[in-house]
Amino acid sequence: MTTEVAIVGIGMHEFGRTEGVSGMDQGVIAVRRACADAGVSWEDMQFAFGGSMAAGAADTMVSLLGLTGLQFINVANGCATGGSALFSAYNTIRSGVFDLGIAVGFDKHERGAFRVNTKGSGLGDWYGASGLALTTQFFGMKINRYMHEYGISQSTLAKVSEKAFRNGAMNPMAWRRKPISEEEVLNSAMLSYPLTQYMFCSPGEGGVALILARADKAHLYTDKPIFLKAAVVRSRRFGSFEVLAPSIALEHNAGPTVDASKAAFEMAGMGPKDMDLAQLQDTESGAEVMHMAENGFCEHGEQEFMIQAGETEIGGKFPVNTDGGCLANGEPIGASGLRQVYENVLQLRGQAGARQVPNDPKTAYTHVYGAPGISGVTILSR
Amino acid sequence: MAQVPVTEGVFTWPSESPQLIGSRCVTCGNHMFPVQQGCPKCTGAETEEVLLGRRGTLWTWTVQGFPPKAPPYAGDVDPKTFKAFGVGYVELPGQLKIESRLTEADPEKLKIGMEMEMVIVPLSTDANGNEVVTFAFAPVA
Repeated sequence: MTTEVAIVGIGMHEFGRTEGVSGMDQGVIAVRRACADAGVSWEDMQFAFGGSMAAGAADTMVSLLGLTGLQFINVANGCATGGSALFSAYNTIRSGVFDLGIAVGFDKHERGAFRVNTKGSGLGDWYGASGLALTTQFFGMKINRYMHEYGISQSTLAKVSEKAFRNGAMNPMAWRRKPISEEEVLNSAMLSYPLTQYMFCSPGEGGVALILARADKAHLYTDKPIFLKAAVVRSRRFGSFEVLAPSIALEHNAGPTVDASKAAFEMAGMGPKDMDLAQLQDTESGAEVMHMAENGFCEHGEQEFMIQAGETEIGGKFPVNTDGGCLANGEPIGASGLRQVYENVLQLRGQAGARQVPNDPKTAYTHVYGAPGISGVTILSR
Repeated sequence: MAQVPVTEGVFTWPSESPQLIGSRCVTCGNHMFPVQQGCPKCTGAETEEVLLGRRGTLWTWTVQGFPPKAPPYAGDVDPKTFKAFGVGYVELPGQLKIESRLTEADPEKLKIGMEMEMVIVPLSTDANGNEVVTFAFAPVA
């Protein structure tokens, strides 16, 4: 018999650019805020999982938070670092080893597109030298093929960005808080055809911490526990089309998102129709479109109608990326997946303020995707 | 000016009809590029070197519209002189899809399914004054 798990405290450091505050310090601030939210102190933490890609080893933050001797394990898993920290924390409680612990992710990246470490990614120097080591190219190529196959329009890509910045404008923690019109999105610089500047998120900064407890003890910390019904991470299978791939197979596999999504729904005993809202990886606007179908929320091609009709707006049938997503928040790799869960906890508690999804949502879904072909999914319920 | 390849072992050079160098799994026949040991399809550990086809069809594409970061990029990164370049996956029949620079960067002239052929193109000039070349695919006229 496994133990149920609840999220009893959440903390975040503002996303964006915070001059003079290190990535690690942003993680520490997120931890302090999460402890305050749960009404606990750092000394109460029995274990921690944490990670960043570019801002240092997470376990060194104990020298700032307090040397309590807790079990602290660093997690480094590319874009799924936050998701992997959460997965590990979830299973640590489920297995009965500990009752209360924390998952933390933070980061601080240099400006501009990610500089890919070709050696660290198992790629030859020639790959980067030849101008192929850019994650942005993959996103342009994947959505270009998808538009060709399923009839998605440029206008729909722009509407995804327009929605993200409109939602971001209602989120005090977001980086980009100025609405940008569909026309402005379409007319911004073409970075990687068919994707323009305002269709891409930017590497950024931020930190998020989530405190998890045994569900039967959650009432000690909060009167609004949010239950973690599933946390899944999957890597790619043969034939999937992934970022930073010098070649891909002729045969096609649907990819790690489809696998992670199916596994998560099975674990939760729920299906896509049971979800009230979702945060889906939107590294660029095309990714949000494709991930709606890959996660099972529609058939391929149906996004064109759904997005044009406003169904994924906060007041729509199925709200997606209510906090502005990566597009409005930027992407501090270590924290990005945890940001999605943070937003869903706010939405399920009814604490999302101006961007609160109406009609008292009861279930929420998160999905993160990244290099080198990895996906993480969580399902939350009240 | 002497020409040198961006690396050894990725394409045959010098050659009048250069080819990419890949691997084939001796167990299941799966093709891989670049050369690697171990097959991601069948988990077999033994592969053999194979020269890949020079022609195929464009499976998808984009245009690199801004200068990549250098390093790792070896080409021109000066915003004043940088020229956008095409990038795509070319499907080689019976083998695999290869990611490559494209010689064409005009979205109006790139179409999924068009015939492409492998060529060698200049990339940069090295410290010794040699012209560094890499592979690309060009539309078949």
